[in-house]
Parts: sequence; C-alpha cells; structure tokens
Amino acid sequence: MTRRSKLSGGTLYFIAVVAFLYLPILMLVIFSFNDSVMLIFPLKGFTLKWYQALLGATELLRAVRNSFFLGIAASAVATTLGTMAALGLMRFRFPGRGLFLAVAAMPMVIPYVVLGVALLILFSSLDIPRSLVTVGVGHVIVNIPYVMLIVAARLAGFPASLEEASQDLGATYWQTLFKVTLPICAPAILAAFLSSFTTSFDEFAVSFFLSGSEATLPIYLYSQLRFPLRLPIVVTLAAVVMVASIVLLSFSEWLRRRE
Amino acid sequence: MNQRSRIAVLMIPPALLLLFFFVLPMLVMGSFSFRAGSFGAERQIWTLDNYRDFLASTSFQRLLLKSILVALRTSLYCVVLAYPAAYYLVFRAGAKRSTLLTLILAPAWTSFLLRILSWKMILSSEGLLSSLLLSLGLIEEGRPILLYSMNAVIVALIYSWLPFVALPIFAALQRIDKSLLEAAADLGCPPWKAFLRVTLPLSLPGVAAGFFFIFIPTLGEWVTPALVGGVDGVMYGNIIQSQFVSALNWPMGSLMSLVMLLLMLIILGALSRFAYLLPLEEAK
Repeated sequence: MTRRSKLSGGTLYFIAVVAFLYLPILMLVIFSFNDSVMLIFPLKGFTLKWYQALLGATELLRAVRNSFFLGIAASAVATTLGTMAALGLMRFRFPGRGLFLAVAAMPMVIPYVVLGVALLILFSSLDIPRSLVTVGVGHVIVNIPYVMLIVAARLAGFPASLEEASQDLGATYWQTLFKVTLPICAPAILAAFLSSFTTSFDEFAVSFFLSGSEATLPIYLYSQLRFPLRLPIVVTLAAVVMVASIVLLSFSEWLRRRE
Repeated sequence: MNQRSRIAVLMIPPALLLLFFFVLPMLVMGSFSFRAGSFGAERQIWTLDNYRDFLASTSFQRLLLKSILVALRTSLYCVVLAYPAAYYLVFRAGAKRSTLLTLILAPAWTSFLLRILSWKMILSSEGLLSSLLLSLGLIEEGRPILLYSMNAVIVALIYSWLPFVALPIFAALQRIDKSLLEAAADLGCPPWKAFLRVTLPLSLPGVAAGFFFIFIPTLGEWVTPALVGGVDGVMYGNIIQSQFVSALNWPMGSLMSLVMLLLMLIILGALSRFAYLLPLEEAK
C-alpha cells in the first residue's frame, strides 16, 4: 500500500471532523497563553500571567469549590438511588415496574428548560429559598436515568445464576447483594458516579433557574461572559478544567469498557 | 413477603424522590398555567386567560414552529455529518477504532459554556474567521461572520451534538454482520449497492436513535441561542426562560413549558418503537 492510498477521502473527512471538534478547544488553550486582555487576533505574545491571576481569583475559585462539592453530593445521591432502582428493575418483576421505568427515563427526554422552571415553581410554592441544595436536587433528577442505564447494563451483562448460587450456598439476599452483586457492578457504579459528577460540574440549563446567591462554576462563568476584561482568566480556567475532565472521563470510560 | 420487602427497600426511596422532585413539579407547573399571576394574591386566582392568550398569539406559535424546524435541521445535519465519520471508524480505522472514537468524544467533556464562548471568539468581528478572510483579502474590514444569527446557533449546536450522534451510529454499524457484506460482494453486488441495500438499512436504528437524541434537547435549547443567536436566533426555550426571568409571567411560562412537554410526549409516543433504541443501546 502506498502512502498516497492511505490518505483516502474517508481519512481526510475524519481528520476534518476531528479538526472541527478540536478547533474551539485549541482556541481556548491558545488564548490562555496570549499576552492581551482582548480575546482577538492577531495574538500578542506568550504569557503565563493569566495562570498566575487564576490563583488570585477568589470568586472564581469559590465557584469551582461549590461545583466540586455539589458534584460530589449530587452524584452520590443519584448514584445510590439510581443503583437501587436498577437492582430492583433488573432483578424483580412487580406491579408498577413499567410505570416507574417510564417516569424515571423521562428526565432524559424532557427539555432542561422545562425541568428547571418546574422545579423553580415547586420550590417557590413551598417557600423553599433557592440555594446550592435546590441546584443539587435538579442535578440528581438529571443524572438518575443515566446512572440507571449504566448500572442496568452491567447487571444485564452477568448471569443472575451467580447470585442464585450464592443464595443456594446459604447467603441471605442482602449478603449476596453486598458480597456478590455490588462488587461485580463496582466498575459500572464508579463510572456512573464519575459521569454524574462531570455532568453536574458542567450543568447550566437547569441550574440557572435553581441557584441562589452561591454560584456554581457554570453559573459564575455565565455571569462573567458579559465582562470582556475578565474573560482571559475564565478562558485559562477552561484550559485547566478541560485537562482535568479529560483525565477523569478517560478513566471512567476505561472502567466502563473494561469487561 | 420477603420478596416484597426487598422490592420495597430498593424501589421506594428512588420512587419517592422522583415523585416529589419530578412528578410533583410537573403537576404544580400544570396547575400554574391556570393562575392569574406569578406572585402574591394573583397567584391564588384561577383563570383560563393564559390559554386564550397563547392560542391568540401567533408569535408564540410561529416561534414554536421555527424551533421545531431548527431542531429538525440541526438533527439532520448532525446525522449526515456524523454518519461518514462513524462509518470510517467501523469499516476503515482498523485497530485504532476505539482510540479514534475516544478522540471524537473527548471534546464533549469540556465545559459546554466555554466551548460556546470559543465559537463566539471564532465568529466575532475580530475573530478567527474574520481575521482569516481579512488577511486573504476576501473582506475589506473585520466583521462578525455568522455570529448573532440562527445559523450561528445551528453551527454551535452541531458542534455540541456531533459526538453524541456519532456514538449510536457507530454502535449500529459495529453490530452489522460483516459476512453479509462479503456475501453481497461474492454474489456480484457492487460496493455502493451493498451499502444502500445492506449497510444503510441495518444502521437505520442507530441513525434514528442519534436523530431523536439530538432533536429533543435542541427543541428545548435556550443557552446556545442566548449566547450566539442574537435577535434572529431566538428559540422557544428563550421565551420560556424570559417568562421566568425578565417578563416574570410564570403562568404563561408554565403554559408554554406544558405545550413543549406535551409536544415531546406526542413525538415520543409516535416513535415509541424507536424509544428502546435510545441510549439503552449505547450502554450495552
């Protein structure tokens, strides 16, 4: 095979798609090193000052911290409840199973704006002030269907006879659950948690309606988009967050595919 | 009895959560569409005025129709652009297939807002595209290319969704039994005909899954149009958002959300035979 035939139309097309997908990300990285407040061409020169300024941006770092802890808490709740639902749905037949499945899958097919305003109205009707907790509730609802899918796929992927064998040998149902079923599902549960965390960390469309005075990172970013002078620091943070989330999600993807 | 208590322990907590924070909000939102005002005493008054206003407002209906068309176009472009890439991965990429798939998916893992901001930097008057055209002498002065238009919204949405469309198409193509294609070739079928008669029909479930996986969130999109759409790029979701944030007409916003919700359920009901193909497939 000659080198020429390797660069077929298909390869060129694929390269073009990858370039299209990476161009905006490359822009963010380039501007994080650009020695100018304005995010415009031509570039002015190399600098690390935005990375330095990032360390002093207290409001921004506070939003990062909020998003981090919110992500952990919301993902823990979503992963726990989603895993319980997946266990019940995949291993038992009971009245209302179909209904539960339909309702639990719905957040996936409902526009986030509808989910956001519906929760806003609920909290307002109950006089519950908006805070990070109300944002967290929104994130749990958004994440539950995905957790269920990931864990259910794992439960479908290994024979229930393993659990039957454990119970035949004298283990109770709950012993079997904690000693056999959950350990086998552990990679999927961890993957579900990480996927929830990254969703939560980046979620804006629902959070916008539910947040109070404490901002999550996307809420803070959105509020900063109107102030061009603060954008270089935001862009620099983007470069950092990007690298962190790629590492995290590659790990989660690796866990999910390791069968 | 034992069986029942196990089911109860596993299912009641998630069921309660969904009931309180998903079903109940939808019901409260439904009841809000009959209220006279957003706050105070007006909130307690029941009325059908919102329904009358909505039905009388051609601008709301036009906007809904426009958003449906934008969602259809975006989904269609996404599928058309993603299909060859997924095809390339499955049939041409060989051993590098899963690495290249991860390469396609990775951009989706970076901050959504900042990727949209980056598109603003590309399309703005002193942005990448404008500077490029300026230096090539194709335009006289820096000006926004595409920015603040419906096309900018569509470009940014295609950008956001492309990886998610490629995934189900990839999964469907990968499941095709390659011996079918060999059989077609042995029987003298030219490759393009084998593609049209074998590969394409067998991959359609993945295409449909990708299409609707994009169509639904795009129809309700409000963030992307708010950032790059300008006046021309306003979508139905933006009007809902503004009813709650600037217009402070919660009852009308509730009604508009309800209309969108019903529309989604009708579309999903009509496509229920595809519904099982949605992300369940990729999770496998």
